[in-house]
Amino acid sequence: MDSHKPLHLKTFAMILIMIIAGPLGNVLLGKGMKSVGSTSVASFSELTHVVGRVFASEYVWLGVASLLTFFVANILVLSWADYSFVQPASSMAYGVVALFSVFLLGEEVSPVRWIGIAIICTGVFIVGRTHPRTTEHP
Amino acid sequence: MFKFLYFFMIVVAGTGGELCVSRAMKQTGEVKDFRPTAIAKVIRRALSNRWMLLGVGLMTMAFFSLLAILSIEKVSFVVPVTALSYVAGALGGRFFLGEKISASRWTGIVLVCIGVTLVFLGKG
Repeated sequence: MDSHKPLHLKTFAMILIMIIAGPLGNVLLGKGMKSVGSTSVASFSELTHVVGRVFASEYVWLGVASLLTFFVANILVLSWADYSFVQPASSMAYGVVALFSVFLLGEEVSPVRWIGIAIICTGVFIVGRTHPRTTEHP
Repeated sequence: MFKFLYFFMIVVAGTGGELCVSRAMKQTGEVKDFRPTAIAKVIRRALSNRWMLLGVGLMTMAFFSLLAILSIEKVSFVVPVTALSYVAGALGGRFFLGEKISASRWTGIVLVCIGVTLVFLGKG
């Protein structure tokens, strides 16, 4: 009983890390890749050149670190909380990524796209809230 | 045209990779001992599983496709579209693993599809 509240705090802290680190990682990768420029390759030497430019970008490395943070928080929280609780909570990440894109990258998001993103959040929330196990007999 | 190929790779290779990794970890067994030497042993065992290697390979391909599309498209467009992974995951579960999909889950899947369509249409 005593462990109930700390467990909740721990869970919410992890979910908070997830819905910030995941979108932040994507935004950083986006910023890094925009500075890398075109990635279309016609030959092997061009490919090595592009890969070299990708990994020379500090934003790409920060993005990878941020996504790793998301991944570790995700694995940790799943070791004590149900997937059907964690996944709907993380559906907010789709809204957060749009907000970060607007405020950190200065991207423009049209009203139709905002509505689409809101519907995606709702859909992901519902997909995750349903019973995750259907193949096991009682 | 390349755009669709990249999205296809992100969604299908990413979901396929997760399914492979999940299968490999189920075969590896539940992690109960969190001492570094025990964790190293689990990682060694997991990496010797061919499902794990296939899964990591697929997820790597999905990651590089994500990088490629992020070099040409907005983050606020790319990431919402990757929510199609939930559709791919549910369909994969239904047709490859024989899972039952409840009515509310179908509702969620349809909503994700509608949302992604609007994100495509709202390109401006």
